[in-house]
Amino acid sequence: MEAFTKCSGCGKILYSVEFEQNDRVCLHCGKHHRLGARRRIEITFDPGSFEEHDADVASSDPLCFPQYKEKYESAMAKTGMKEGVLSGVASIDGNEASVAVADFSFMGGSMGNAVGEKIARTLDRACQLRIPCIVFCSSGGARMQEGLFSLMTLPKTTASVHRCRESGIPYISVFTDPTMAGVLASYASIADVILAEPGAMVGFAGMRVSKQAGVSKVPDDFQTSEFAFRSGMIDKIVHRKEIRPVLSVLLKSLGAKCYAG
Amino acid sequence: MPAKTWKEWEAPLLELEEGIAKLKALIAKEQDEDRREEFIAKVSEYEAGIDRYIATMYSHLSPWEKVLVARSERRPYTLDYVSAIFTQFTELAGDRHFGNDEAIVGGPAFLDGKPVMVIGHQKGRNIQERQRRNFAMSKPEGYRKAMRLMDMANRFGLPVITFVDTPAADPGVDAESRGIAESIASSILRMFELEVPVISAIIGEGGSGGAIGIAVGNVVLMQEHAIYSVIPPEGCAAILWRMPERGPEAAEALKLTAESAYQFKLIDEIVQEPKGGAHRNPLEAALLLKKSIQKNLDALLKMSPSDLKAHRSRKYREIGLIG
Repeated sequence: MEAFTKCSGCGKILYSVEFEQNDRVCLHCGKHHRLGARRRIEITFDPGSFEEHDADVASSDPLCFPQYKEKYESAMAKTGMKEGVLSGVASIDGNEASVAVADFSFMGGSMGNAVGEKIARTLDRACQLRIPCIVFCSSGGARMQEGLFSLMTLPKTTASVHRCRESGIPYISVFTDPTMAGVLASYASIADVILAEPGAMVGFAGMRVSKQAGVSKVPDDFQTSEFAFRSGMIDKIVHRKEIRPVLSVLLKSLGAKCYAG
Repeated sequence: MPAKTWKEWEAPLLELEEGIAKLKALIAKEQDEDRREEFIAKVSEYEAGIDRYIATMYSHLSPWEKVLVARSERRPYTLDYVSAIFTQFTELAGDRHFGNDEAIVGGPAFLDGKPVMVIGHQKGRNIQERQRRNFAMSKPEGYRKAMRLMDMANRFGLPVITFVDTPAADPGVDAESRGIAESIASSILRMFELEVPVISAIIGEGGSGGAIGIAVGNVVLMQEHAIYSVIPPEGCAAILWRMPERGPEAAEALKLTAESAYQFKLIDEIVQEPKGGAHRNPLEAALLLKKSIQKNLDALLKMSPSDLKAHRSRKYREIGLIG
């Protein structure tokens, strides 16, 4: 680790150790920098409560897409993960939930067959165990290199959200930087409660495409959590340090039936 | 260098067609018998030329050529199929929240005398209509209208038939501010709630989220020359190589043809098109599509409402699993 980190929000130089201790939130401007899945799990759930499932679910290369294998392998080497999401069961203040946490550093958190399958299994597991479901999103969208297989993860994951709804299982999604495109157009947007970190990129189309297409004036905070909040698309913007307590209360209220039985 | 537009690519055919049209106009005016005969012979020569061209051009379309055909402005659009396949279509409008999005049309109609609910993306044929229909790029209102019609179909027991033909959902600022992504996700979710048969037909461009928003069928049909993709090839090329002009290569890599989608078991059936594509003979294309819809609907109507719903959920939960 470098001794210093420059905040891309305010340009100030931070001690890396302090920055990491502050969960990668800038001590000056409060910008929420991206957080890896493992660290996210550490700061959100009860210590040692995370039990990983489906660790072996990995992508194949169904299209034999140019350079996909190489990119995928280097992502594995870089992150020590097999895919861009960690999933399993964890608890907050003793209350269990089925959880999935995306990691942007693995090919931009993109959703291919394996990520879609892990998200769907996370939602399914919540139904089987009759516990609430929490998903932390961080993704540029569907994984182009898996073509139509990636597009099919939209209905695939949505089918599992549908199952949660039919089973009376609460489902909470948390938008972290970025939550875009195919992920936003499927499981992310149809949670019972949607939280978002401040300043996260949240949008359907790539910023450039949107600006080209839009005749109307583009607001300064277009495609951010704040814009999505004003548009009525999310429930609450929550500081990283407050996410755990907010989730804890939501689990207790929405999940009351789950935990009573 | 691959052709960039369908017109460029079909230029020899269009030239011959133009020649035929001119000759036919001459024939109508020509008094001299011999010259008439000469023109008529020329017409059949040109027509034979068209047949030859079609046979060679369309026998092995590359993925990029399929992209050009799927986007062709002569290709039949949803309302062309609706008028050829169904009777007494009553178009319904509005999402009851904000507006009426003309990029998606829908309403009840009759298939062989039995009522169904038809929903589809609609492209425009001239500049004014293209603008009015926003190039079939729906805003949230389109998906919300679609959901309204699906709910109605569910209440009244009408099978839902959707026609998919969009480059993408609208990427603009207003669509974003009214929740384009949420509307697509909700529409997908809504399709899992339906206890009636749902058949979706990809008839032109199956463009990403904009397409899947109304394409969650118990059965998904795809026309021979339609395309279905997670991203437009030009967009893919722009991201991968920063060169949108390498679309033809990206089209190859994305495997966006009906044949590939069928091999991957991501669609259920390929519907053949007339020789030279649906635009050569729209009525025959509609008839082929109608036959497939009828056959599949008959099979689905044997299932109970709860089985139809469970079948759809299971199908998509299991879709794309490899190994």
